[in-house]
Amino acid sequence: MLLLQRSWITASGKSPSEEARRGAWFLGALAFVAIVVPILNQAVPPTSAFHLSAFALTLIGKYMCYAMLALAVDLIWGYCGILSLGHAAFFSLGGYAMGMYLMRQIGTRGVYGDPVLPDFMVFLNWKSLPWFWYGFNHFAFAVAMMFIVPALLAGVFGWFAFRSRVTGVYFSIITQALSYALMLAFFRNDMGFGGNNGFTDFKEILGYDLHSDRTKVVLLVLTVVALAASYLACRAIVESRAGRVMRAIRDAESRTRFLGYPVESFKLWVFVFSAIVAGIAGALFVPQVGVINPGEFAPINSIEVVIWVAVGGRGTLFGAALGAVLVNYAKTYLTGAFPEVWLYALGALFVLVTLFLPRGIAGLIPSKVKEK
Amino acid sequence: MLLLVLWGVRSAHAQSPSDAGFLSILGELREASYPDKEAIIDRLSQTGHPSVRAVLTAFMEDRLFYRTAEKPEDQKIVIVKSTEGDPAVLDLIDPLTLKAAGTAPMDSLTGINTNNHLRQVLGTVVAHFALASPDASVRLEAVHNMMRSPDEATLKLLREQSGVETNARVRKEISMALALVALDDMNPQVRLEAVRTLRGSTGQDVRNRLALLMEKSADGKFAEPDDQVRAAATTAVKVIDQWRTFYSVIETLFFGLSLGSVLVLIAIGLAITFGVMGVINMAHGELMMLGAYTTYVVQTLMPGHIAISVLVAIPAAFIVSALTGIVIERTIIRFLYGRPLETLLATFGVSLILQQLVRSIFSALNKSVVTPEWMSGSLQINDALSITYNRLYIVIFTLLVFGAIMAVLKRTRLGLDIRAVSQNRSMARAMGIRSEWVDAMTFGLGSGIAGVAGVALSQLTNVGPNLGQSYIIDSFMVVVFGGVGNLWGALIGGMSMGIANKLLEPYSGAVLAKIFILIALILFIQAKPRGLFPQSGRSSGDN
Repeated sequence: MLLLQRSWITASGKSPSEEARRGAWFLGALAFVAIVVPILNQAVPPTSAFHLSAFALTLIGKYMCYAMLALAVDLIWGYCGILSLGHAAFFSLGGYAMGMYLMRQIGTRGVYGDPVLPDFMVFLNWKSLPWFWYGFNHFAFAVAMMFIVPALLAGVFGWFAFRSRVTGVYFSIITQALSYALMLAFFRNDMGFGGNNGFTDFKEILGYDLHSDRTKVVLLVLTVVALAASYLACRAIVESRAGRVMRAIRDAESRTRFLGYPVESFKLWVFVFSAIVAGIAGALFVPQVGVINPGEFAPINSIEVVIWVAVGGRGTLFGAALGAVLVNYAKTYLTGAFPEVWLYALGALFVLVTLFLPRGIAGLIPSKVKEK
Repeated sequence: MLLLVLWGVRSAHAQSPSDAGFLSILGELREASYPDKEAIIDRLSQTGHPSVRAVLTAFMEDRLFYRTAEKPEDQKIVIVKSTEGDPAVLDLIDPLTLKAAGTAPMDSLTGINTNNHLRQVLGTVVAHFALASPDASVRLEAVHNMMRSPDEATLKLLREQSGVETNARVRKEISMALALVALDDMNPQVRLEAVRTLRGSTGQDVRNRLALLMEKSADGKFAEPDDQVRAAATTAVKVIDQWRTFYSVIETLFFGLSLGSVLVLIAIGLAITFGVMGVINMAHGELMMLGAYTTYVVQTLMPGHIAISVLVAIPAAFIVSALTGIVIERTIIRFLYGRPLETLLATFGVSLILQQLVRSIFSALNKSVVTPEWMSGSLQINDALSITYNRLYIVIFTLLVFGAIMAVLKRTRLGLDIRAVSQNRSMARAMGIRSEWVDAMTFGLGSGIAGVAGVALSQLTNVGPNLGQSYIIDSFMVVVFGGVGNLWGALIGGMSMGIANKLLEPYSGAVLAKIFILIALILFIQAKPRGLFPQSGRSSGDN
């Protein structure tokens, strides 16, 4: 069923220095964002044409989170050949962990003013906090959960899936079903996660007002730092010996196994790492956007991530991040200006990129190092 | 009552049913007092006119009106189809011919009133007519109605009827009805006999009535003084409960089968494109949606023929979806063979475009497809079990489609070619099979079946742009469960997943049932990574 994966995918033939060279540009761009955006928002007076509004801040922050998510997907898809259609689930779980902390921070400022219970629980006539909400009033605990919950799900799920050699499209479909099932579960009110409204109306994080521009700027800079850090971490993995084994698994899984590499463990660790990156992205996403609900689990979200990666350039880390920003910018623009057109455009993007642009935009950038 | 029957016998000789006479008697109702009305009812029933039953039924249900007018000759009597929901405009029925007679606003009609006593009289008369009906289902209905308020007159009627009744079901119903009344008899022997008869029932009301016998009143006395009768009632309640549980299991199984049929119908198409061709068609759900919309369009094009429109829609939907599928194959998928992940993404793009296309053409709102009469209603097997026709037909339809596809694959030249190409493409080409053409045809076949599945779905759910998405994930799981490329796997996988879903639902709710099944599926592929019916041989090899 699984034919040989084509080996034209860039990174396999590319020397590490090539990714490093482009990566330098990428990190430079991130540094630029991290320095210029705060200045434009804080130092430039609101009357000036160069002033960056709070809305734009949120938007840029959102793009940065999506770029992180794209990195996570590219790491396993572009380098290890595992197409996960469930990464929106890890993203959302990270987001929910952050959301639970933020909900606890609301305290008596909620509509019902209950010091312990979030509004929706009061509304549902719950008397006490469910056990899985314990500890989320501590930021450190919540941060730990942002790592642990996605990692745990990815670990258990991946262990079962990889162990029984669920590969290729089977894996894609199962991950999609996983995400779908989680979406349905989170829609239920008695799950204790706010049902279809999810969490919203957050007040503050670590005592800082979430509605002030200053907090937003700090969050954005933190997101950019996290994005840069995950980029560097992913690059370190990709360029290590383990990265070579990953590419070998992508290109010829059975051969790698015959050579004696524990294919399943490699896949599992990469999958778990990728899930953690996605979870952190989700956790950073929630305080900036101000809402998390079960809709984030929707299978289409996971598939959209894949198309960002495909557009940017599968198998190039900076390409994935670039694709996420570009596609989402197009989405913001089109859904605002021509709402009818967006789905046509997205659909066409899927078709055209897979047909004509297998290496994405990154493949269009002329390479100084001669390939092959 | 006796008087009435006697008169009836006499009048049957005395006068032939004449429309004019019937109408004039009917006309007297307008001015009559309640006692007069009772006499008029008697006279009406003696006319032997064919529409007496309908008129009296309407009278009983307060659906008999006359037109408000100055002149008495304009005050025509009419039957109103339904007064439910207090509509401003009413559909009229002619009391003579019983055919539709246009509409009239509510305020131009005056109702002919009844009181409790009159309604009781009417009930007996109507039941009498109904029991004489040649149609067994009408007689059954009459027995049911009479049992709601049994009195001496109805009991007498029922006893008479049980002697002459030929239909076994009606006879059983009558004996149950009489036994229910006999529970109040003074003689314990009669009561015991009644309890024994009632043991054969499956009705909830009978069960509750029997359970009442065992209850103690405040002074510690049992409602039923006789120990023997009480013991018999205890067993009877147990027996009835067992049967009811049994039937509810059957009903759940049937719901599971019908849900499973839908999944099978979708999964067959997927099994062909996914299994035989190695192509993940994420647009499969949208091809189904196209089929459902075709049903809608066909129905709009032939408004007077709802009953056949569904049958016309089946080939139409097949063609529409198959052509769309062939276009998708020729323009996109053929460039991506051997790259399943890329195919998945490209077809997902197609699905988005198709969804938006439908939204642009038909709007995002759901369209309603009318269920034809022969598909609505349900098959009442007994008090505890009834099966809705649309679900029944979908199960049958699925089996037919399955048989047809099997026949195409095993018995036709196209099927031979498809199997040859899927087993060994290069060898098939060497034997002179045009594999490109076979690819297009296979994809067309799979897509066409999706369209047909869409017709079936249009009878179950709303037709909207998101129709495809709601079932597609389940269907992919069916294919993974059953084994890729195996139609038997799709059939058995779909049915068992449908049944498992419905069996779990009462305990865990629909959502948790889905999650349990997903977990079960993940565990299942631990043991059998290639599904229930794994593909064997050359084509199954990976890498």
